[in-house]
Amino acid sequence: MFEIVSKEMLTPAICRMKVHAPRLAASAQPGQFLIVRPNEHGERIPLTISDYDRDNGTVTIVTQKIGASTSAICSFEAGDAFSDVVGPLGVPSEFTEKSDGELAGQRYIFIAGGVGTAPVYPQVKYLHSKGVPVDVIIGAKNAGLLIYKEEMASVCDHLYICTDDGSEGFKGMVTGLLEKLVLEDGNRYTQAVAIGPMIMMKFATLTARKLGLPIIVSLNTLMVDGTGMCGACRVTVGGKTRFACVEGPEFDGYEVDFDEAMRRQGMYRSQEHDAEERYEHKCKIGRGR
Amino acid sequence: MANRIPRVPVREQDPKIRATNFDEVCFGYDAREAVLEAGRCLHCKNPRCVSACPVSISIPEFIAHVATGDFSGAASVIARDSSLPAICGRVCPQETQCEGSCILGVKGEPVAIGKLERFVADWNMENGGHKAEKAPSNGYKVAVVGSGPSGLACASDLAKMGYDVTVFEALHKAGGVLEYGIPEFRLPKEKVVASEIGAVKALGVRIETDVVVGRTVTVDSLLDEEGYSAVFIGSGAGLPRFMGIPGENLNGVFSANEFLTRNNLMKAYRDDYMTPVYTGHKVVVVGGGNVAMDAARTALRLGAETTIVYRRTEKELPARREEVHHAMEEGITFSMLTNPVEILGDEKGWVRGIRCIKMELGEPDESGRRSPVPVQGSEFDIEADSVIMALGTSPNPLIARTTKGLETNRRGCITADANGATSRPGVFAGGDAVTGAATVILAMGAGRKAAAAIDRYIKGTVADTVVGK
Repeated sequence: MFEIVSKEMLTPAICRMKVHAPRLAASAQPGQFLIVRPNEHGERIPLTISDYDRDNGTVTIVTQKIGASTSAICSFEAGDAFSDVVGPLGVPSEFTEKSDGELAGQRYIFIAGGVGTAPVYPQVKYLHSKGVPVDVIIGAKNAGLLIYKEEMASVCDHLYICTDDGSEGFKGMVTGLLEKLVLEDGNRYTQAVAIGPMIMMKFATLTARKLGLPIIVSLNTLMVDGTGMCGACRVTVGGKTRFACVEGPEFDGYEVDFDEAMRRQGMYRSQEHDAEERYEHKCKIGRGR
Repeated sequence: MANRIPRVPVREQDPKIRATNFDEVCFGYDAREAVLEAGRCLHCKNPRCVSACPVSISIPEFIAHVATGDFSGAASVIARDSSLPAICGRVCPQETQCEGSCILGVKGEPVAIGKLERFVADWNMENGGHKAEKAPSNGYKVAVVGSGPSGLACASDLAKMGYDVTVFEALHKAGGVLEYGIPEFRLPKEKVVASEIGAVKALGVRIETDVVVGRTVTVDSLLDEEGYSAVFIGSGAGLPRFMGIPGENLNGVFSANEFLTRNNLMKAYRDDYMTPVYTGHKVVVVGGGNVAMDAARTALRLGAETTIVYRRTEKELPARREEVHHAMEEGITFSMLTNPVEILGDEKGWVRGIRCIKMELGEPDESGRRSPVPVQGSEFDIEADSVIMALGTSPNPLIARTTKGLETNRRGCITADANGATSRPGVFAGGDAVTGAATVILAMGAGRKAAAAIDRYIKGTVADTVVGK
């Protein structure tokens, strides 16, 4: 069992938890993910790692309630324990392999969307610790859904906010802000990294390509085991089938077939909908008693 | 004459009923039937069954105990060589091993060795007969990677010798393919798998789940930082193969591993689990091995009309004969000499059918099987809303990639000698990780050989250098 050390709600639908998982905390690297199975009857849910504390043996996860299983995870409280937390899974971000010399002269721009902002944080923190200049764009539908603003501001050079409705920062999409930063403000970046909803990563890639900027994306595909066994996570990258769980989750955005990836992501949508209804039904019964 | 007695038939669930449930197909022998069947053994002076068994169980000896009603005695004979008899009695390909070489099989039917083994193991679990003892510790730690058949066999042999054994399992439940791959109706999880793993734990073996070796820890960190004297890699062959034909990434195309893992490990067939599974109404399963049979029979039980597509003929089907027979009885359609060339999708990117080509058998290939060749212009379509690929699996490259000095061959299998020794001193390997996908019992045999080799390695090398142990 893996005890939840602390829990806080970042927005009404997004929670942050620190979980005691010493082996995982000792080996986690930026770019990797983990899998939580909340209880015996739950699914195995892949979640990004938002931080790790090797000294205290904890990892931080940020979960958005989007279905029955993620709602189940968010219903756990500090002091409760998950049945299983396994990881770190996937390949660490490419820059973790680079020497200080190779990182010199680089300037990164991160494009973070929604709950995808959380896994951007350890990457920015890592690069910042290496002295690499990093700018970050955080995008959300409205000001109330923005997360990790203070944390991010403390580890990046410039933090830019954008909201669809203009309730905070730039009014518009992350892509519009990225274009503005490069074309109007004259910022020059050597590498972009986009993490967020698949559709955002698709359009961020299109914009980056237009700007001649290389871009890495982190694919949140369906998974069962997360170790290469099931193939549910297969994506077409550069015309070849790749397993996001063991060969990713990060890939060169230019090469990813986003339309296929989005279609595959929705494979269990009708079942998920049913499960969510069942879950809510059960919860309501529970509350009534 | 003993061999005039016909083989005692085994009771099974009616095919029509079992096609709608996940309960075990075969009921197994009761005590009376087992004693009767045991009476058919001729007790050959040179028992060919024993040499045909990958773990060399003293088959006539245990059968003699069964014949006299001494089931506990029979269990202790089997336990000398096998730590998972209730599992092996159910999933071994007996027809090509022990029973395939039984002298009675020449003119009639061989002794039902598998069913007798199963009976003895089940009886022993239910009646608390023979129990293996925990050995006094010798102070050396051995790590086993993977809790499937090879890992469990290796771990129990080492524990019996007094080693302090920890098994690391990547999934949340121990058992490997016994848990995620083989369905409940063929191998009950609580009654059989969990019980036999419980017996391994009773020997003092520790099982740590949720540890992915190569990510959470590495073979190197186990040896260098955690104080293990040797490591056995029994990580299996978990990576699914696809055909590389157009349409394989359409929605509704699954690896058998995914489909079976969702149902077996994640219990998608049960309402009380949250796991989603998409079965479809018309399922085509591609392949002819045990995994193909398991996937097809699972889809059938979930309500789908199911067809198995295989490129050779029934004679070449690599699955256990009993599984093919059961699948046919349950109403699965077999389309032999048929090979997919493309999976067809609808406008939303979901499977709507599978285009196949008729095959004919040509010259035998290196494996001795006649290789199928396509019949030009014979393409035809099968309607399907789900396609399950059961084409075999290969070892996961993660461990080999993250372990210094561990060699693999061109198929990605870890290179190991007959005793499981790899290119790296102190690191041993066996089972599917070395051979590629094979059987439970071959993996167990490899695990046992490696356990003996690890004992020799530690006593020969480590023990000399570690004073005071």
